[in-house]
Amino acid sequence: MLHSKLITLVPLLPFAVFLLTGLFGRKYLKNFSGILGTLGLFVTFIISIYTAYEYFFVQGRDANGIFQQIIAFKYTWLEFSPGLSIDMGIILDPISIMMIVVVTFISLMVHIYSMGYMKGEERYATYFSFLSLFTFSMLGLVLACNIFQIYIFWELVGLSSFLLIGYYYDKPSAVAAAKKAFIVTRFADLGFLIGILILAFYSHTLDFQTLIERFTNHSEFYTAVTAASFMGVSALTWGLVLVFIGGAGKSAMFPLHVWLPDAMEGPTPVSALIHAATMVVAGVFLVARLFPVFSLSCPPALDVVTYVGIFSSLFAAIIACTQTDIKRVLAYSTMSQIGFMMFALGVSGYGAEHGLGYMASMFHLFTHAMFKALLFLGAGAVIHFIHSNEMKDMGGLKKAMPITHITFLIACLAIAGIPPFAGFFSKEEILAAAFENNKFVFVLALITAGITAFYMFRLYFNIFWSKKANDNHSNASHGEGSKTMLVPLCILALCAIFVGFIPFGHFVSSDGKILSTEFHLLFSIGPVLIAVLGIALATVLYKKENPKADRISKTMGLFYNAAYKKFYIDEIYLFVTQKIVFNLIGRPAAWIDKNIVDASINLSATLTEKLAETIRPVQSGKLQQYAVYFFGGMLGFALLFIYFWKN
Amino acid sequence: MIEIGIAQLLVVSTALFFIGVYGFLTRRNMVTMLMSIELILNAVNINFIAFNKYLFPHKLDGLFFTIIIITIAAAEAAVAIAIIINLYRKYKSIDVEDANSMRF
Repeated sequence: MLHSKLITLVPLLPFAVFLLTGLFGRKYLKNFSGILGTLGLFVTFIISIYTAYEYFFVQGRDANGIFQQIIAFKYTWLEFSPGLSIDMGIILDPISIMMIVVVTFISLMVHIYSMGYMKGEERYATYFSFLSLFTFSMLGLVLACNIFQIYIFWELVGLSSFLLIGYYYDKPSAVAAAKKAFIVTRFADLGFLIGILILAFYSHTLDFQTLIERFTNHSEFYTAVTAASFMGVSALTWGLVLVFIGGAGKSAMFPLHVWLPDAMEGPTPVSALIHAATMVVAGVFLVARLFPVFSLSCPPALDVVTYVGIFSSLFAAIIACTQTDIKRVLAYSTMSQIGFMMFALGVSGYGAEHGLGYMASMFHLFTHAMFKALLFLGAGAVIHFIHSNEMKDMGGLKKAMPITHITFLIACLAIAGIPPFAGFFSKEEILAAAFENNKFVFVLALITAGITAFYMFRLYFNIFWSKKANDNHSNASHGEGSKTMLVPLCILALCAIFVGFIPFGHFVSSDGKILSTEFHLLFSIGPVLIAVLGIALATVLYKKENPKADRISKTMGLFYNAAYKKFYIDEIYLFVTQKIVFNLIGRPAAWIDKNIVDASINLSATLTEKLAETIRPVQSGKLQQYAVYFFGGMLGFALLFIYFWKN
Repeated sequence: MIEIGIAQLLVVSTALFFIGVYGFLTRRNMVTMLMSIELILNAVNINFIAFNKYLFPHKLDGLFFTIIIITIAAAEAAVAIAIIINLYRKYKSIDVEDANSMRF
C-alpha cells in the first residue's frame, strides 16, 4: 500500500506554509518567507515524485497490469443521506498523480523564479503566501475524490487567482482585471454547480468512482437520467454540458475566455503558474476526470467539448497574431493550446486504441505546462529587463540576454511542434487522434498548428531580433537577472526538450491499460511542414525590421482590425451587460427595490414617527401639567368608583 | 345659631382641599406650591378627625393617622425644601416652569 499518510502531506504542506507566511510573514518572516515557501514546496515536490514512482512502477497496477484508482485517504465531512455525502479525500490514479507532479514542479520553478523577480516588493511575504494558497488549492483540486470537493477547491483556486491578479492593487487595471476574472469564472461556476446538482440528483452520489460507475453501467440510475429530458435533451447531457461550462470558464474557452488576457495584469510568475500551466487546465482535468461518463454515456456532450475546443483554439490563434503586448500573445496562445487539449478529449473514445485522444490530451497538458511556463518566465525576464510589455519597446535582445534567448527559442520550437522538442510529440498524437475520428477538426487543428508556429516566432523575432541591439536599453547594465531567475529557465528548457520522450501512454490512458503509440513518420511530415512554413513566414516578416508585415496587415484591413480588437468580444459583453441586462433587468429591479421593498419599510418608520410626534407633548417636563393628569386621573377613578359602588 | 356638625366640617375640608389643588396647579412659585400641598394634607387631617369624632367616638385611629400625617408632612417639607434649594442652585430661579429639562 502507498504511504497514505505521506500523500496527505502533499496538499497540507503548502497549506501550512500559507498559514505561516500569511500570518507571520509581513511582520516576522519578511524575506525569509520566500525561502520558506520554496523549501516547503521542494519537500512537497519530492513527496510527489516519490508517490509517482511508487504508483507507476511499484504498486499502481493490479494483477492484469491495469492502473487502479486508489483512495489514499477519505474523510466523510457532511453526510446528507446514506451514500450522498461530501467527502474530503485523496484519489490516486494516473491523471491525478501526473497533475500533482506537474503542479508541484511548475510551482517550485515559479517559487524559485519569484525570489528573484519579486525581490524588493513591499508585499513580498503576502505574495508567497498567496502562491502557497494557490498550490494547496490546486493540489486539493486534482486529488479530489468527490465532485463537491473538486468544486470547493475549484472556488479556492479561483480565489487565489483573483488575489494574485489583483496583487498590484494600486493599479486600476489590475483591480478591474481581478474583478473580471472573478466574475466571469463565477458565472461559469454557476453552471458547474447546477451540473453537479443534476448529476448528484440522478446518481444519488457525489463520489467520483460511484458516479462514474453508475452512469456508465446500464444501471437504474442510468436509465433514469437518460429518460428525464428537458427541451428535448436528456438530463445527463444537460448535466455534463453544464459541468463543462464550469470547466470552460476556468479554462478560458470561447466565449468565457475574456478574463484570461486581462489576467496578465498580475505578476508574470503568477501568469506562468496559474494562467498558463496549472489552473487554466483545471477545466481539461475536470472533463478528463469525468471522461468515462462523457465518452461512454453521452457522446453529444463530448461533441460540445470538441467543437468549443477547436473553435477556441483557432479563434485564439488568430487573435494572438495581432496582439502587441507579449503577455497577451502568450495568453491567447495558452487559450489556443487548451483548445487543443479540449478537442483532443472530444475526439477520443474510451478504452484501448480509441483512447488515443485522451492520452494525447493529458500528454499535451503535461508538455504544455513545461514550455508555456518557460515562455512566461522568459517573457517575465524580458519584462524585468525592459520594464515594458510592448513589443515595440523590444528588439535585438539576443545579445543582452543570451540565456533567456536560448530558452525562449527552445520553448517556441516546442510549442510550434518541431521535433524533437516536447510539443511535437503531444501535438502529433492529438492530430493523429483527430485524424482518425474527425477529419474536419483535423484540418482546422492543422491550420491552427501552423498559425501557432507563426505567432510564436513573430513574438520571438520581435523580442530578440528585429531591430538592432538598441542603445536605449540604459538599464542593460543590471544584467539578465539574478541566478534564481535563470536557473528555473534552464531547468524548464531541459524539460521542454526531453519530456516528449516519456512513453506517456504507458502511464496515462483512458482505461488504465498500457497504450503504446506508434510513431508514423509519414503522418508527422504534414504537421511539421506546416509548422516550418509558419516559422519561415515569421522569419521573412519579422526577422529584420521591415514594412512587409504592416503592408500585409493593411491589405487584410477589416479582418486585421477585428482580430486586433479581439473580435469585439469584450465590447459585445459590455453591450449585453450594460445596455441590455442593466436596462431591462437591473434598472427595473432597482426601481422595485427602491420604491416597493424599501418604501414599505420607510412607510412603517414614517408612521411611527408621526405617531410619536402627536403623543410627544404629553411628556412636556412641566410639573404642573403632570399634576393635572394625576388629579384628573384620580378624579376619574373616584367617579368610576362611586358609579359602580352605588349599584 | 347653627350646630356645627359633620357637614360643616366636611365643607371646610373640601374647600381647603380644592383651594390646595388650585394653588398647586396654578402657582409657579415652588414654595407656594409646597404650601398648597400642606393645605391639601390639612384638608385630609380635618376629614380624619371629623369622621373619627362622629362615626367612631370611642376609637382614636383617626387621631393617630392625623399625627402621623403631620409628622410626615414635616419631613416631606424638609425634603421638598432641599429639592427646591438644589433646583434654585441649578436654574437660579424657583419658578417651576424653568425646571423643565426632564422631557422628550
